[in-house]
Amino acid sequence: MNKEYINIALADDDEDDRFFFTEAFEELKIKNKVTTFKDGIDLMLHLEQESNVLPDLLFLDLNMPKKSGIECLKEIKLNTKFKDLIIAIYSTSSSEEDVEKTFVLGANIYITKPNDFEKLKKVLSEVVTTNWQYHTSGLNKENFLLRL
Amino acid sequence: MKLFLKFDFTKICNTILQEKLNACNFKFQQTAFGEVELLEKVTREQLDAFNSSIEDYGIYVIEDAKKIMVQKIKDAITDMVFNEQNNINVNTSVFLAEKLDQNYNYLSNLFSEITYTSIENYVILQKIEYTKILLTKEELSLTEIAYKLNYSSVAHLSKQFKNTTGITPSAFQRIIAKRKGNSIE
Repeated sequence: MNKEYINIALADDDEDDRFFFTEAFEELKIKNKVTTFKDGIDLMLHLEQESNVLPDLLFLDLNMPKKSGIECLKEIKLNTKFKDLIIAIYSTSSSEEDVEKTFVLGANIYITKPNDFEKLKKVLSEVVTTNWQYHTSGLNKENFLLRL
Repeated sequence: MKLFLKFDFTKICNTILQEKLNACNFKFQQTAFGEVELLEKVTREQLDAFNSSIEDYGIYVIEDAKKIMVQKIKDAITDMVFNEQNNINVNTSVFLAEKLDQNYNYLSNLFSEITYTSIENYVILQKIEYTKILLTKEELSLTEIAYKLNYSSVAHLSKQFKNTTGITPSAFQRIIAKRKGNSIE
C-alpha cells in the first residue's frame, strides 16, 4: 500500500486491443506498470508462478481461446493467494446477463470496450482512479463494484 | 457453516494501535484519530521496529507532510459522513476549512495532487460506500438511507449511486446477496 505505482495486467487474445490498452495507460497520471497476456492459460501460468509479483488490478477479456475470462475468474476466486486482486472484466459484450454473472462470480469492475481511443483512455483513467481510492483509503473491496 | 460479521472500525484501529505502542514501550498520548504524540524521544531503530510491527495490520506511519494533511482531510470526511451528529446541512468546504483550520482552496488543490481525485468526488465515494454498508449489513431501505445521509430525495441518492458505480442500488443488493448465496452452498 505504500508503493507509488500500480501493477496492471491484461489477458486478451486480440493483439490490437492489447496495443491500445497499453498505449492508453502510458498517458495516465497515476504511475503504472502494464503486463499483457495473449490468453487465459498464459495468464494463469504467470499468476501461479511463486516468484512473480501479482498485479493489483487484472483485466480479463471474456472470449479467449483455450481458457476464457470466466474460467480464469473462477480459478482466481478459488485461490486465497489471489484474494487481494481487483478483477476487471474487459469485454465487447454489454449484455446485462454477462455483467451480473461476472459480478456474482466475484469481479469488481465490468467494462464494455469502447470503440474509440479517447473514450478508452477516459474509461481506464476512471477505473484506475477509483481503484486507487480503494487501494489507498482502505475501503472494503468486497463492496467494490463498478460498471462502465 | 458461515458467520457474517460486523465491525467497529474505529475501535479496532485504536485497540491495535495501543497494543502495538505499548509493546514497543512507547510513552504516548493519542491526540486524535490516526494521530499519536510520542512523549519521549525514540530512536530511528525503535521507530522502524514499530513500523514493521503494524505493517501486517495495514497500518502505516505517514512521514510526508502533504500526505499527512491529505490523511487528515480523509479522516475529517469519513467523520463527516459516518457521524450522524455532524450531518447538519453544512457545506463540505466550510466544514473542512474550519475543522483543519486551513484555506479550502489550498486543501482542495493538495488533495487532487496527491489522490488524483477531487474532495467533492471523494465525499460522494464515501457516501456511496456508506450506503452500500447500510444496504447490505443493516438492511435499511434506500428511503431511510437518503434521510440518514441528508440527501434531498431518494431519487437523488439513487441517481448518485448509479452515476458512481454504474449499477442501481437494487442491482448492487441483488449481486451481494447472490454472492453470499453462492458461498453458503
